[in-house]
Amino acid sequence: MHARADATPEVLPTWPEDIFAILQRFDVRQVPYVPDAGHSQLIDRVLGEPSMRAVPLTTEEEGVALLAGAWAGGQRGVLLMQSSGVGNCINMFSLTQIFRLPFLTLVTMRGEWGEFNPWQVPMGSSTQAVFELSGIKVLRASRADEVHDVVEAAAGQAYNACTPTAVLLSQRLIGAKVFTK
Amino acid sequence: MSKANLLDRRKVVASLLADRKDAIAIGGLGASTYDIAAAGDHDRNFYLWGAMGGAVMIGLGVALAQPKLPVVVITGDGEMLMGMGSLATVGLQKPGNLTIVVLDNEAYGETGGQASHTAAGADLVGVAKACGIAKVSSMTTMAEVEAFASSLQDVSAGPRFASVKIDAANLERALSNRDGTFIVNRIRGSLGFKPI
Repeated sequence: MHARADATPEVLPTWPEDIFAILQRFDVRQVPYVPDAGHSQLIDRVLGEPSMRAVPLTTEEEGVALLAGAWAGGQRGVLLMQSSGVGNCINMFSLTQIFRLPFLTLVTMRGEWGEFNPWQVPMGSSTQAVFELSGIKVLRASRADEVHDVVEAAAGQAYNACTPTAVLLSQRLIGAKVFTK
Repeated sequence: MSKANLLDRRKVVASLLADRKDAIAIGGLGASTYDIAAAGDHDRNFYLWGAMGGAVMIGLGVALAQPKLPVVVITGDGEMLMGMGSLATVGLQKPGNLTIVVLDNEAYGETGGQASHTAAGADLVGVAKACGIAKVSSMTTMAEVEAFASSLQDVSAGPRFASVKIDAANLERALSNRDGTFIVNRIRGSLGFKPI
């Protein structure tokens, strides 16, 4: 897993706040996740928000199934994971088409942009293609100032048009994990 | 393979759902979905024809969204084994209205009856308990099943997990609807949600 950076930056980035505000505005209620450092700020906000249910998972495909149940029960959700978890979901992604789910997932990318760990590269390289082959639209945000618009567009088409959508949050945005100084 | 006193899966499921009231029932891929269909089609039946390993998580999503309604997942041992991690996720969330029933025939009935891990002693009740699901049981008589069925209605006392050892007989399929959007939208409609 993508651990927290060794040194917490003095000033937290604002884009996770932008995402949180969008999720609130779209009345997202269930937030399944497998932790990732890139999502840690957002996860903390979700854990502190009474209207949202944070659901830690043992593996990412649980989150796809959870969101299918949430939709049947009348709630919206979003799945937070890192790129290595996308491969774990492949068969369960069937549900996004079978139920025409208003499915939204936010994926922090590994295996690109200065990656140190070669084991992250194969899955990171196929993440977008896996989504597309699974019938899920892919949008990407690589700069902090575009996260808001990209996530807002993704949430809009997922929830309003029942168009399963993934947002890839680039490693360039999050910063490559530092293993050695 | 044949053991004494194994229960008939159709009778078990019919008993579980006989007085279901407002409950939502999720059937795992394979024979469990047929058992639910055989007990009678219902607007709140959530039939799965795929997504093996996902039944409990679908049940959890429904249960969290509708905490005042009983939600019961009825699935098989093979389907449950594939999603065993979801028992840990349920153990963490502890939804009071969620009940999980595993119809355990110790075999993959849909694919030719190959032995499952429970045939060699894998203990799903023990797993559920170890994952933090406090109310676990292993049922061997119809009287126990009938008593358990009424307990489903208590939406503050779960989550519950029960295993029922059933006869491995391969029964004639009772085919349910298999159009996913129809199944989900019918459930949503019964809960008062309109189409988008």
